[in-house]
Amino acid sequence: MSEIIVSASDVMRTFMISAGVFRAKRPLHAVNGVTLDIRRGEVLAIVGESGCGKTTLAKLLLGLLPPSGGDIRLDGRPVMTIPRLEMAGLVQPIFQDPYSSLNPRKSVGAIITLPLVVQKDQDPSTWRRRAEEMMALVGLPPRLYNNFPNQLSGGQRQRVAIARALINRPEVVICDEPTSALDVSVQSQILNLLQDLRGELNLTYIIISHNLAVVEHMATRVAVMYLGRIVELAETDQLFKAPKHPYTMALLESVLTPDPSLGIPDTHLGAAYPNPVDPPSGCTFHPRCAQVMAHCSVQAPKRVPVEGGHVECHLFDANLGKEKAIA
Amino acid sequence: MENHILNVRNLTVDIPLPSGMLHAVQGLSFHVDRGETLAIVGESGCGKSLTSLAIMGLLPKKAIRTADLLELAGEDILNATESRMSDIRGSLMGMIFQEPMTSLNPAYTIGNQLIETMRRHRPVSVDEARDRAVFLLEKVGITAARSRLTQYPHQLSGGLRQRVMIAMTLMCGPDLIIADEPTTALDVTIQAQILLLLAELQKEFDMGLILITHDLGVVARVADRVAVMYAGQVVEEGSATQVFGRPTHPYTQGLLDCIPIPGKTERGKHLGSIPGIVPSLVGNLSGCRFADRCQHAMTDCSAADVGFRPASEVGHAYRCLLTPEQSAQNAAKLGAA
Ligand SMILES: Nc1ncnc2c1ncn2[C@@H]1O[C@H](COP(=O)(O)OP(=O)(O)OP(=O)(O)O)[C@@H](O)[C@H]1O
Ligand SMILES: Nc1ncnc2c1ncn2[C@@H]1O[C@H](COP(=O)(O)OP(=O)(O)OP(=O)(O)O)[C@@H](O)[C@H]1O
Ligand SMILES: [Mg+2]
Ligand SMILES: [Mg+2]
Repeated sequence: MSEIIVSASDVMRTFMISAGVFRAKRPLHAVNGVTLDIRRGEVLAIVGESGCGKTTLAKLLLGLLPPSGGDIRLDGRPVMTIPRLEMAGLVQPIFQDPYSSLNPRKSVGAIITLPLVVQKDQDPSTWRRRAEEMMALVGLPPRLYNNFPNQLSGGQRQRVAIARALINRPEVVICDEPTSALDVSVQSQILNLLQDLRGELNLTYIIISHNLAVVEHMATRVAVMYLGRIVELAETDQLFKAPKHPYTMALLESVLTPDPSLGIPDTHLGAAYPNPVDPPSGCTFHPRCAQVMAHCSVQAPKRVPVEGGHVECHLFDANLGKEKAIA
Repeated sequence: MENHILNVRNLTVDIPLPSGMLHAVQGLSFHVDRGETLAIVGESGCGKSLTSLAIMGLLPKKAIRTADLLELAGEDILNATESRMSDIRGSLMGMIFQEPMTSLNPAYTIGNQLIETMRRHRPVSVDEARDRAVFLLEKVGITAARSRLTQYPHQLSGGLRQRVMIAMTLMCGPDLIIADEPTTALDVTIQAQILLLLAELQKEFDMGLILITHDLGVVARVADRVAVMYAGQVVEEGSATQVFGRPTHPYTQGLLDCIPIPGKTERGKHLGSIPGIVPSLVGNLSGCRFADRCQHAMTDCSAADVGFRPASEVGHAYRCLLTPEQSAQNAAKLGAA
């Protein structure tokens, strides 16, 4: 068993976008060269602004979307060669919205056992027992087995989604905004549950969240995405105590702790998020960067390895100044 | 009184269900001043959205609304005709809904929907409406706004869709905005931008803002006053400083203990939690609605309805049998744990 469970190398995913009726379609690089190794048992958080490609990356890792380039391996095997049913036993998603991700016409039991049905699991006589074990594990009372989603609370629905994701005993669970549709008292229950399950089932988590307080609480490592690339990857403590990339700094400044003596922070991200169809030249973050230098708009930064990850920023490039800007 | 852009007194919303009467909102009273932000926080199902729909006159048909007073800018909106209400919704109040896809039509382009929204209520040309649409899309942080006009909702990421929704609400420049979880689906940088934008526009037009959210970080930073709702009632109300600095109702105290705070909560450790779930609001209700989840519950709590009482500071009130001193002791224990 290799220590690396998920390995992405220079992964790309491009969508063709129409810019108007009479104009040709243009490429949008939703994921644009992501290289990432995820270790067994770690909790990797992916953060970044809306549209930076988090969900697209998650779908690529789940094998739900074919990459336009690069290589994704799960447990050492190329994702697109793994049969769908086998994939289901390796990696499972938990999505943001426990309301729309559950079929309203199916009972809780039917929803949780559906993956077994789809998989033509050999042992139907054990399904109910296995579902009830899962329900117990995620804290759902067994009496809810025959209930329907609309008879459950938001937290209970998210527990159903988690039970469904876990019944195949996957190795990796990708949580795309797992608690952002829930209120805080339920969020804390679900986060506590995810922590417990991780220990009990040896799970590896990829958590996509815009809530940096949740990320700080849950993650062991954090990947910061910007316009389809991971611009900083670091251990959680390192990232929160000593962020390197100016974008990471801006993100951290925008964490809204519940302190009424503080106002709404200025993230120093004056300019808006760029149009992904028409990304800025050089370092794509340069128009919003507080520490922009002359060559940033000309040359894309290289990936600079740092302890526990990497950073893509000219400030950390040892060759800074040697490779002179052409402009 | 002049200042109150919105005045709500003793608002109730009942919904008849096959299993009995659902008392979704039970006697809510509050007001919003011009230029003021009132935040309403509380657990899912506590009646926040129905409260805002009751004000907007957009409740589901079967819902029964009663109130002693419901006034917007001095006008009675409790007894207004449906056609007057539809006018008011276009020009005086706007609502930003929780889920952008419920208000965006997947079959029409973004531009089409923004322009139509404005032209339904204002005598403007298509070009004027389009210019305002582009202006507002840029204000809510969408680049290449003009080219976005030809896109359909499904071509945008979740965050972009919500920003389009917000632009749509601002098309007619309303006096009161009710924002129901407006930034929930957005990442932190945009959240801050949107909140700043709402705060800016609120000042610019001297609007009132009701902000419904479960994000206590947002509430603390934005709200002038906070109303904490539980099971159809307000259980605590006060300035943001009072509610966050000296939470007095056990539910408010529990909520604040649930949230992770970088540098304060320890990684990998359990967060605080409120055991149990919200009670059913069907049938006859009595006593404190929070009693069966409250670790400080006493026998008296379920005996009779618990009234609103002043806390130690002016403008701060709560609905609990515990004295302010007892509550302060409980809060100190939570903080130490
Ligand atoms: N099926 C699609 N067709 C065209 N463009 C798409 C498609 N899916 C995603 N995109 C675009 O790719 C980019 C990345 O989208 P993605 O949904 O991965 O972002 P995200 O980081 O998950 O954002 P959010 O935080 O809003 O969920 C966006 O610009 C989006 O508009
Ligand atoms: N159309 C309806 N028919 C029946 N019951 C309803 C209807 N709309 C809301 N309810 C019920 O009324 C109560 C209050 O609902 P409301 O939508 O106001 O909650 P909320 O506080 O906005 O919750 P959330 O945070 O989940 O949005 C809930 O118990 C809900 O199930
Ligand atoms: Mg997404
Ligand atoms: Mg609601």
